[in-house]
Order: sequence, then structure tokens, then C-alpha cells
Amino acid sequence: MGYIIYLRNNKANLFGLTPPNQLYILKLLSGLYIHIPYCRKACIYCDFHFSTVHKNKKQLLLCIQNEIALRESWLPKEPLESIYFGGGTPSICTDQEIGGILDLINKHFKISSNCEITLEANPDDLTREKTKALKQMGVNRLSIGIQSFFEEDLIWMNRAHNAMQAKACIENAQDAGIINISADIIFATPLLSMKKLEENLKTLIAFNIPHLSCYNLTVEEKTGLYHQVKTKKIEVVNDDQASVQFYFIRSYLQQHSYEHYEISNYAKPGYYSRHNTAYWQGNKYLGVGPSAHSFNGTSRSWNIANNEKYIKLLSQNELALETELLTVENRFNEILLTGLRTKWGIDIAHLQSQFQLQYSQIATTLKIMLERGELLLHDNKLSIAPEYWVMADGLVASLFII
Amino acid sequence: MKNIRNFCIIAHIDHGKSTLADRLLEYTKTVSQRDQKAQILDDMDIERERGITIKSHAIQMDYIKNGERYVLNLIDTPGHVDFAYEVSRSIAACEGALLIVDSSQGIQAQTISNLYLALENNLEIIPVLNKIDLPGSMPEEVSDQVVALIGCKYEDILRASGKTGEGVYDIIDAIIDRIPPPKGIENAPLKALIFDSVFNSFRGIIAYFKIVDGVMKKGDRVKFVNTEKEYFAEEIGVLRIEKEPRDLVKTGDVGYIISGIKAAKEVKVGDTITNVADPCSESIQGFEDVKPMVFAGIYPVDTDDFEELRESMAKLQLNDASLVFEPESSAALGFGFRCGFLGMLHMEIIQERLEREFNMTVITTVPNVSYKAFLTNGDEVIVNNPSDLPDPSKTDYVEEPYIKAQIITKSEYMGGIISLCIQKRGIIGNQHFLTTDRVELNFEMPMGEIVFDFFDKLKSISRGYASLDYHPIGYRESHLVKLDIMLNREPVDALSAVIHRDKAYDWGKKICEKLKELIPRQQFEIAIQAAIGAKIISRETISAMRKDVTAKCYGGDISRKRKLLEKQKAGKKRMRQVGNVEIPQSAFMAVLKLD
Repeated sequence: MGYIIYLRNNKANLFGLTPPNQLYILKLLSGLYIHIPYCRKACIYCDFHFSTVHKNKKQLLLCIQNEIALRESWLPKEPLESIYFGGGTPSICTDQEIGGILDLINKHFKISSNCEITLEANPDDLTREKTKALKQMGVNRLSIGIQSFFEEDLIWMNRAHNAMQAKACIENAQDAGIINISADIIFATPLLSMKKLEENLKTLIAFNIPHLSCYNLTVEEKTGLYHQVKTKKIEVVNDDQASVQFYFIRSYLQQHSYEHYEISNYAKPGYYSRHNTAYWQGNKYLGVGPSAHSFNGTSRSWNIANNEKYIKLLSQNELALETELLTVENRFNEILLTGLRTKWGIDIAHLQSQFQLQYSQIATTLKIMLERGELLLHDNKLSIAPEYWVMADGLVASLFII
Repeated sequence: MKNIRNFCIIAHIDHGKSTLADRLLEYTKTVSQRDQKAQILDDMDIERERGITIKSHAIQMDYIKNGERYVLNLIDTPGHVDFAYEVSRSIAACEGALLIVDSSQGIQAQTISNLYLALENNLEIIPVLNKIDLPGSMPEEVSDQVVALIGCKYEDILRASGKTGEGVYDIIDAIIDRIPPPKGIENAPLKALIFDSVFNSFRGIIAYFKIVDGVMKKGDRVKFVNTEKEYFAEEIGVLRIEKEPRDLVKTGDVGYIISGIKAAKEVKVGDTITNVADPCSESIQGFEDVKPMVFAGIYPVDTDDFEELRESMAKLQLNDASLVFEPESSAALGFGFRCGFLGMLHMEIIQERLEREFNMTVITTVPNVSYKAFLTNGDEVIVNNPSDLPDPSKTDYVEEPYIKAQIITKSEYMGGIISLCIQKRGIIGNQHFLTTDRVELNFEMPMGEIVFDFFDKLKSISRGYASLDYHPIGYRESHLVKLDIMLNREPVDALSAVIHRDKAYDWGKKICEKLKELIPRQQFEIAIQAAIGAKIISRETISAMRKDVTAKCYGGDISRKRKLLEKQKAGKKRMRQVGNVEIPQSAFMAVLKLD
């Protein structure tokens, strides 16, 4: 659990952000993200970049390797504390393919001895053999898309796995010696009753899974779900009910010694997701693969979200990047946006000193929101009161500088 | 003087006036085809985009016919009813008019009223059927309408196409042969009619005039008779494509004067310019101080921008003297201005110009007309703002302005239009058929009803085949009440409206429903109520928002999330907080969009 100590030692970094010129002075956690843009089936709600046509997979993985090599100097020369295979469905890759990428990363980057190496996986991919092989390759954390232990929910979501596989995969992983597991579940889906939701949580707790991501079903544009809601084929759960479920999950998991540390994330002590925490902290990360995002402290960039174009460019050793330089206001807004989603909140003294002008512009609003009890201020840490977490977007937006 | 021809063009919107004007400029070689950009005369962005003329313009062309050089002054006029007075002054400056009628559409109401104005001023009318190249052109039928209307001979009607250029030389010949030269007295004291003015940020106000009698010389000391102000004629000249300075502008000609005037309100359209040393004995008839017909509050979206709005309005007034405003304050909206406009189009234009030219986003409140309240103590109060309507217990009666409306449409839409007008408290007057399928309908109705959504409704009922013209016919007593809107029991003064008693219930219900649609859910329940005095007549409730958070932060894509929330915040910024309720800008105009 070395990295928890690491987080504690870097509180300044956790709770507020330093301006770009000072960023390099502090020792920062850096992470590497690899986007595997393939899935077996399209889940009804998903708007991440993926394809269900796999014929160019080999070529694309080679291109990801090219990109890793091309961008080796993109992060400062300090050991990687996190490597994260996301997607899509990274578990679609064979263990050799994952191993090959890890080997290449090892060639171009220093990897910290206690680096968290996470692979997002679908239950149907996690056979006994596969989990063992992945562990051998160095994967030490699995983020599994369980979503629900009930067949009808999985069918409704158009998931590739069934209820039996949802349980079996956890056993397989734990048997293989991977205990650092995160499970995704989705609530506020039409067929999920409170009883079933409780059942899902119970099962996860029984498996002693240390990290849970509980996502409220969101209707994103350009998804099957969006289309069906628009055409009134599906009626989504109303906000009142969704909100009830949100707080039910919170209190249920808190009773079972999970910490609610981010709007959708719960962890047993010491099991925060190192990779995602980096996003919320404003740490640097390099993302490779189609649609992957990177952040270097001053600008954000993203790869083209198109497999063919990505392959075409990277096979000629050309990057497929677009970059956005962040203004002071952008940075300020991002700190609010990411920091206020977590229980740690934002270090207000830090915010005040680093963003004097911006801070003075929101001071009145801040005061009103504190008086209304929407925000809390303890030990100089500004956070959203837990009972207002379901309103976080609107609250954060009202503090934005535009 | 005998070779000068002053003429204007009377046409309905979209009947091709500007295109034909461009052709005249081209065929008289005033502009080369190379410099031609579409619609030279409509040089404001708004004019080009909307295809309308807001300001009057003038342009001088030269043409040689039978070895003689002629000077043709085209005075281009606005076509909309809001600017009827400006049109009347432009017409008064001319001796002839081209009556342009779209040969596929026929004559429209606006055309007729301007035509009557031209006839009253004894202008020589040259009827022109335009767009004869169109497949839908019906020159015979439309010619019959024209003959019936002005009693000209069938063969006097020209046929042209602004698009192909067909018939344009015939028009130029007709202008020279048929329109009489101006009839001024050259050696009389100076008497010039101001028909428009423009603002130039370097030179100040440039006034356009036509010399009725006498001449104007550069350096003359001149006097504007009605404003009684004297100026020094720093620069005078004629209006070609660019201004062309001259030492002398002669009798009958059209020109401009620059005399260091800073504000448009010093130059009144219709005023007379004379010479201080040798003044004319009487001014030109027909001068009026234009009065605003429609009033609305204009408020900055951000209360901090009040001073900036004041400056912008003042600058706008420099080049639009018909805009009047005075500061007012609203409990809901803070400090702003009560503004008077010539009509609804004028109001839209002002709002649009504030946004375009001054980058000011404003909240415009529901427009209203000017009411007269007669109190029990005998006093008379002018009410330009609904919230100023005196308490009913102290009021004897209230009067509202009426107009006479003239609508020309196809006979198939007659029924629908009559019921619309009756619904709008119209009293039907005479009607007559211009041709077998075109009818002219006359109504008397409250001006206040036109201010709301009359135009839109008329347009949709008639599928665009109806034109409207109106003029005020004085005040009449009406049973009017003030309808107040409350949000969470707090009255929102900016949403108050003066409404006829019989319509108040229906209106109150509809506006509550509309506001429910427009006001986003907030963290608490919002009660929307409509009330007359202390009596609540309608209520709607917006339930509290219970959830506003996205589950995922989109992986490492923080930008996406940030942009989403920035958009949310930008939307909020355009809202006004009244009590604890945030109201979007659009809600203040909601009553205009009721069905």
C-alpha cells in the first residue's frame, strides 16, 4: 500500500494545483493510459470510442507501440506510478499482446516498483487461464465491467457476458492472486429494483472487492439508448428515484467500510484508484491509442477517435494529436470540476493564492453557497456537502469563470 | 433644373426594388459591373440579411439622352409601416415614383398606402411590373390591378426584370420623359427639405436634403427652422456612389450637408433648411415630431453593464433619432431603460443593433402601447409601462390607442383573417375585392393587439399571402386590467401586462404554462402565479430538480466535461435572478409566443 503514503505526502498536489511553472518542482505521479478501441458488442449506453470490427487489431496494436516509442519524452523522466489499459475492452487482447505492450513501455519508460497496472476487463474474457497469464505479464489490478449480477439487466444493456460469468470472473481473478479488483455496476436502469440493487451490492461485498465504481445510467448522445429514449421506446428512471438509489448505495457501502471518495467511486481503505485519482488531482498522464487523452500540466491533447486514420498516421510514425492550450480560467475551472467531485475537495488557501483574480470573482457566490450549506469548508478544504453530491454539476458550473 | 429628375421607388418587400435599383446604377454607368455587389443601397448588414430597407438613401445618376445630360436622383425609402413618416418625407422630396409590383404576386397593402401618399403629393407614377422572367409571372392580371388602382392606361405599364435587365432602359426613358422636372424658384431664399440623416463617426451627422427653392452654397450660415439651430455649411455636395463635395447645390437637386452636428436628434426628418442671412418666409409643410408607438424595457443581462448600455443606447440614438429612452428601474431586472419605438420592427432592429454593433446582450420586456388612465380626481396619466397603471380604485377609466388596419390577401384566407382580427378585438369595416381573388379588408382594432403576436399569426394563417398596413385613429375607452405574474409569491414587474378584462383569464393561464416550459427546474419548487390585483387566477408549479450530475468524468477527457459545464454556466449567465428564481432571457418575451 505504498502509494497511499505517497498520496498523503503530496497533499498539496492532491488538494490544489500549482501553476505550470511550479508543477515540475513537486514530485508528481505520472500515469500512462492505453486505449484499446475494440468491443465484442456495443453496450446500449456507451459513447466511448470503440469498434466491433476487429480485422485491423494487430496493425492497430503495432501502431500503439509506435506511439509509445514516439512519445517517450512526453512525460518527465520519472517512474510511471500507473499504467492503465482502458477501452473499449482491453481484455479482448491476448495476454501476449498485453505483455508485448508492457515490454515496450518498459523499454521507453521507467516503471515504479509498486506501479499499479490496471486492465479493464469484461467478465466473459476472464477465464482461469487468462487471469493467470495476465498476472504473469505484470497486470496487478483488474477493473471488471460487472454492471449487474442479473441476467435481464445484462440483456437490457446488451452486454457480452451473462450472470454466471459475472460471478465466475471474480473467483478466477482472486484464485489467480489478483485481489486488487474494481467492479463497475450501473444503477438507475429500468429493470433494476431497490431489492436487486441491494443484492448486487451484497454480492460484491461478499466477494470482498476493494473498489467499486457505481455509475448512474447516463443517456449520452449518439448511443442506442439515446435513440430509444428519444423515440420513447425506453423510459429512463426519473431523477427522484435515481437520487434515492444514489444515497442508498452510499449509506449501504459506508456501512460496509467503503469510503465514498468520488461521486461514482467507493474504496476500502487504501484502495483508491490510483489512475483515476490522478485525473481528479490534475496530475500528468499520457494517453496512447485512438481517442486517448493526455495532460501535461499546461495543455490537454487527444488522439483522433478513428481507428483507420489512427493506423494510417501512426504507421508512418506521425502523431494523430490535437492539442488545446489551457487558459488560466480553463485551469481554474478544471480544478473546481475535478476537485469538487471528490471528498477531499480543494485546498482553498491554495486556490486563493494561485488564482487571485479568479478567486475574487467567485468569492461572493462561494459565500452564498456556503451559507446555503451546498458547500462545506473544513480545515481550508472546500468540498460539496454530501447531500448535494447529486447536484454537483450545477453547483460546479455556477462557480465557473467564463 | 429642367434636366433634373427626382424619383423614389414604391414596392413591397421582396418585389425586387433593390435589385432593380442596382440595375439602374449599372445601366447609367454609375457603378461599373465590376464594383457591383448585391444591393448597393442597403448597406447595413441587417438590411442585406433581412432584405429590407431601414434607412432612406439617395443616389445620383447621370444619363445622356438625345444629346442632353440628365441628372437622376433616386431616393430609396424604407418599406415598412414602422417608418411611414420617413417614407412620407422622402416622397415629398420627389416629383415621380416608380411603382414596382412583382408580376407574380400582385399589389400588397403596404404598396397601396405608399402609393396613396405619392398620389397625394402629386407624384407622377410609373408603374413597372417586375420579375416578368419568372414562370409564375401574371402580367395581364397584375396590370388589371394596377389600372384599377391608379387609373393609368394599360400601355403605360412597363415590364422589366431586375434579374435579366430586361426593360431597364425603358424605365430610364420613362423617368426622363414622364416625370416632370422640379418646380422650384431659383432666385428665392433657400428652402430645403431634410428627408434623412446618417451618422458618421468622423464627420458627425450628415443630413440629406432636396432643395425646393434657392441654392445652397458651401460656407453658408444655415438654419434648421423647426429646431431653430444654426450651423455653418462646412461641406455640401451631391450623393454619388460616394459623397461628392460641391461648392453649390442648385434648386431642385438632392444633396448632403455636413455641419459638425453631433447628435441625430438635432436633425429632424421633415425639417426645413434655410439661409440665416436670407431666410424663407415659411417652412415646408408636413413636418412632424415622430412619436413612438411601442414601448418596452431594455435591461442589461448583467446588471453591472448598465452604464455600458446607457452609452450604447446614446450612441445608437446619435444615428437613430426615432429611438427614445429614459432610465427606469424594475424590481426584477434592476436598472434599465424604458424605450419608445416606431413599431415592432424598429424594436427588433434596435435590439439587434445593440447586439451586433455594441456587443450588448439585453433583456427586452414585453412591449406595450401607451395607455391613458383617467383618475377619479380628474387627472390624466400616460402609462408607458404596465407597472405604472394606477390602482383600479383610483381609476375612473382607461383608454387605449386604436388603429385602422388594412389587410390585402387572397380571398381564400379571408375567413381565417377575419376571425383572427375579431379574436384580437377588431371591428370589421368595409371590404372590397381588388380582383376576383384579392380582397382588401379594413378593421379598427386596438394597437396593443398588434403589438403582441399579430404579424406572426397573420403570416401563418395566410401562408405569407397577406400584407398589413395601419395608422393610428386615436384613443378609445377599454376595460383593461393589469395582469401580474408572481414567482414563488414575488411579483415580477417586468412580466406584468395590460390586458383586456375578457381575455385576462385565458391569458394568465397560457402565460403560466409558457413560463413553466421556459424556466428550468431549480433546486426548489417554483410556483408560477398569475394575478389581477390580489386575486390569483392561474397557477403552475415547477417541481424541484433532484439530480444534476454526470456519473462519469469521461475518462481522461476533462476538456469535454469542462466544456459541458462551461456551456451550462453560459446559459445561466443569460438568466436573471428574481428573488431566488433564475429566469432565462427568453421568458421575458414569452407572452409574445403564446398560442
